[in-house]
Amino acid sequence: MNTLSTYLIVAAILFGLGLLGVLQRRNLVGMLISIELMLNGANINFMAFNRFLAPEPAVGQIVVLFVIGLAAAEAAIGLSIILALFRRLRSINVERAQQMRG
Amino acid sequence: MNFITEAMAHAAFWIVVGLTLAGAVIAVFPRNILYNVMGLVLALTGIAGLYVFLGSMFLGLMQLLIYVGAVCVAIVFAVMLSRPLHLEVPKRRLPKVAMASGASLIFIVGIIAVSLRTAWKPAAERGTDWSVTTIGELLLTRYDLVFEVISLVFLVAILGAIVTAGFSRRLSS
Repeated sequence: MNTLSTYLIVAAILFGLGLLGVLQRRNLVGMLISIELMLNGANINFMAFNRFLAPEPAVGQIVVLFVIGLAAAEAAIGLSIILALFRRLRSINVERAQQMRG
Repeated sequence: MNFITEAMAHAAFWIVVGLTLAGAVIAVFPRNILYNVMGLVLALTGIAGLYVFLGSMFLGLMQLLIYVGAVCVAIVFAVMLSRPLHLEVPKRRLPKVAMASGASLIFIVGIIAVSLRTAWKPAAERGTDWSVTTIGELLLTRYDLVFEVISLVFLVAILGAIVTAGFSRRLSS
């Protein structure tokens, strides 16, 4: 059970589901949720390599902490952009947000 | 006795993995956005459990605190402040769904194949110091610059969020 490849497979499936969500959804909040899933898949990879391969166990945990922090900042900015977009267009469908299309 | 404990740990591990994957599926597929958020909560909690299995209680707690406690609640707030939930959701177009599924399936298969075929070699000397004390020490010595830069990123993100959400209200109303 507790082997490196199990974690890698779980992380790959999470990342792939996130990718699927980003590609197929048109709701901006849904896309943000999928991006969080992708970041978490990457985090699991970091922690798995940290647990099974890395020379120093503290480093992987620090990297994961940084990624969690950046994801939180990204979520804050993304949600505020979504709110601003909703007030302007009365919709959070990405296909409606085409004002800057050339 | 030992065998029973081991079997229970085994079962707990697979339950956590199942919860994570089920949460991820719920987070991506239903069209009601509130179900997606709840699925994200489930998946993130499962990932916190995986961190505990990987030997880091600290990161599991951080995951619960930051993701489940802060990010998910913020997403729920954004859902409530934006589109009303009772409105009709536009249907997904089939070609787009098919192409997206194909692309991510190819991606998943490729990544899994690569990770299974690689002969991973552990480092020659592996430390055993998992303590939070070491993490704190490294954050303030070796990763000092990264720490500072990330604080700056937080500051800019907070200001940016306030400005983006606040100014647009003033402009539109």
